[in-house]
Amino acid sequence: MSNYQWKMSVFIGLIVLYAIYTTVLYFREYKEALPADKLAQTGKIIWQQKNCVACHQLYGLGGHLGPDLTNVYGHKGAPYIKAFLQSGTQVMPNYHLSESEMQALISFLKYTNSTGIADPNTFTQHPYGTISAQ
Amino acid sequence: MFIRVGLLFLLSALLFGLLAAIQYIVPGAGKDIFSFEKLRPLHVSSAVFWILMTAMGAVLTFLQEINQFSLKSIRIQKIQFYLFSFSFIAIIISYCFGIFGGREYWEFQPVFSIPIILGWVLFLSLFFSNNKTLKDKPVYLWMWATGVIFLLFTYCESNLWVIPGIRNRLVQDMTIQWKSYGSMVGAWNMLVYGSSIYLMDKIVGNQKYSRSNMAFGLFFLSLFNLMFNWGHHIYTLPTAQYTHIIGYAVSMTELFILGRIIYLWRQSLTFDNRKQHIHAYWFLYAADIWVFVNLGLAIAMSVPALNIYMHGTHIIVAHTMGTTIGINTMLLLACAFEIIGGRDTTVSIKPNFKFAFLTTNISLAVFFISLLLAGIAKSYWQFNEPSLPYGAMINTLRPYFYVFFAAGTCLTIGFVLLIVPLLRTKHKIMPDGISALTEK
Ligand code: HEC
Ligand code: HEM
Repeated sequence: MSNYQWKMSVFIGLIVLYAIYTTVLYFREYKEALPADKLAQTGKIIWQQKNCVACHQLYGLGGHLGPDLTNVYGHKGAPYIKAFLQSGTQVMPNYHLSESEMQALISFLKYTNSTGIADPNTFTQHPYGTISAQ
Repeated sequence: MFIRVGLLFLLSALLFGLLAAIQYIVPGAGKDIFSFEKLRPLHVSSAVFWILMTAMGAVLTFLQEINQFSLKSIRIQKIQFYLFSFSFIAIIISYCFGIFGGREYWEFQPVFSIPIILGWVLFLSLFFSNNKTLKDKPVYLWMWATGVIFLLFTYCESNLWVIPGIRNRLVQDMTIQWKSYGSMVGAWNMLVYGSSIYLMDKIVGNQKYSRSNMAFGLFFLSLFNLMFNWGHHIYTLPTAQYTHIIGYAVSMTELFILGRIIYLWRQSLTFDNRKQHIHAYWFLYAADIWVFVNLGLAIAMSVPALNIYMHGTHIIVAHTMGTTIGINTMLLLACAFEIIGGRDTTVSIKPNFKFAFLTTNISLAVFFISLLLAGIAKSYWQFNEPSLPYGAMINTLRPYFYVFFAAGTCLTIGFVLLIVPLLRTKHKIMPDGISALTEK
């Protein structure tokens, strides 16, 4: 094979591998977490429209001004969350949310809590540098 | 034109970055007008737009140096320019009004994706109508080709959340989101690194390196990285375990690759080569050092067992800004100075430039370290003092944030001193022949 054919074969080979990996990830069954219910789906839309992720994280990903909220529902419960949503804090804006919007957001955070545990402290480390969730 | 607009986005990134940092030291300052959920996207999107606009400008200018564009290509390039400029500016305005799509990094309404995707398609067609084959071509043309293809693909992929079936499964949604982001950064790095290699060829005056087997070996390795290393963003997400293992195994060799390239190239330079491209040379040199600074951190982060200590803390912010400023911005400034400033054999380094350059790099070092320390302190809290309330923990980080803010201010001053004179330079015709039509 010529030099160019070699290069092209490697290039196309990599693209094919990538295409397979991509397809597998799109169509695998995500058994780890059930889909969100209707109210939580609305909650997610509000979460995005208000850009909560600029200050908060889910699974450690997001802005760094406020705390991670993946499991706040599990740790602190709905009334606690509602208190924050109702009045905001010194840093967090008061969004003047309606009752139904607050219910939707709480339901979304209930859903995120059900998908897994985000606290890095709960992972077990293994000798080769890998980790596993509890 | 691309590069000048790009430089304006850099100025806007600096301005909003500083405003956002004020929130760190005076909680809630000015929150009624510009609270953090507006400032962060204003800052981060401006930074991304600076990188994308300037990288496109560099690629297009260099392509025209290689083979002159037809009239049709010039027209397509104009449309591409207006599509991107108008949508990016419209996005910035929409943030000011609090209109969000709410995805990290691309926090705008998905309608803006239509002109952006159209722009990528034009870029793709422009590139391939001017490069019918990659046969016997130097490595940077391969890099640009991959960059353009993957930008289009990953950008579309990052918008898949508009499909409810994907959006409503958090774990699947976040897996695809971070898969696309990881590869997208790899794709724009292909444009930036490719342009730097082209520039280095120009400075030494031959293509020995960019046609070598080593260059291609490293190119394929970075392509492999682009495709498969994104798993390290989501080690704690309960998704398919193999994404984590692949991400870990592929790890982050890419930075090492670039550092090696610049290092080898610097050794091959003669004094004369340097003198003619002195500004570009300095920026490339700085980028080389920043590659090595970021490398250690990046490798540590890609080990899951260490990653859990850093994930979600300011160590990650140190990494993101350390690489986007230290590597991407330095390389793009090398291109910008070369393209706008042109080759000028008469000037040596002016004291003003030297001062601004050193201010930028020294404050970046302080900036980086302050974020690292803040991150370490937060990590300590996550593991050892979970009972301390979040607000109380943040208060203990305040001293680091003061240093962060001060260093950020000096960094901004340094950049402004570098950019403003450049923006005021009239474009010089390049002695190498073809004047860059992107620049007027
Ligand atoms: C401008 C930044 C900002 C934005 C935007 C923001 N928050 Fe917050 N939020 C905070 C901060 C900071 C705290 C920590 C409380 C404190 O000490 O002020 C917080 C606390 C919370 C808490 C309590 C968490 C705990 O563990 O104590 C919840 C729940 C919450 N926010 C939900 C939301 C939701 C839902 C949104 C979007 C509608 C949102 N936040 C948008 C900054 C923000
Ligand atoms: C060339 C200049 C800069 C570039 C390219 C840049 C880029 C970025 C990027 C990519 C992020 C996202 C980080 C993440 O998600 O982890 C970010 C966040 C941020 N940057 Fe910058 N930045 C620049 C300069 C500055 C300056 C001068 C300041 C001011 C001190 C600043 C303050 C911030 C703040 C406060 C955040 C938010 C961190 C958080 O999530 O809480 N940046 N920047």
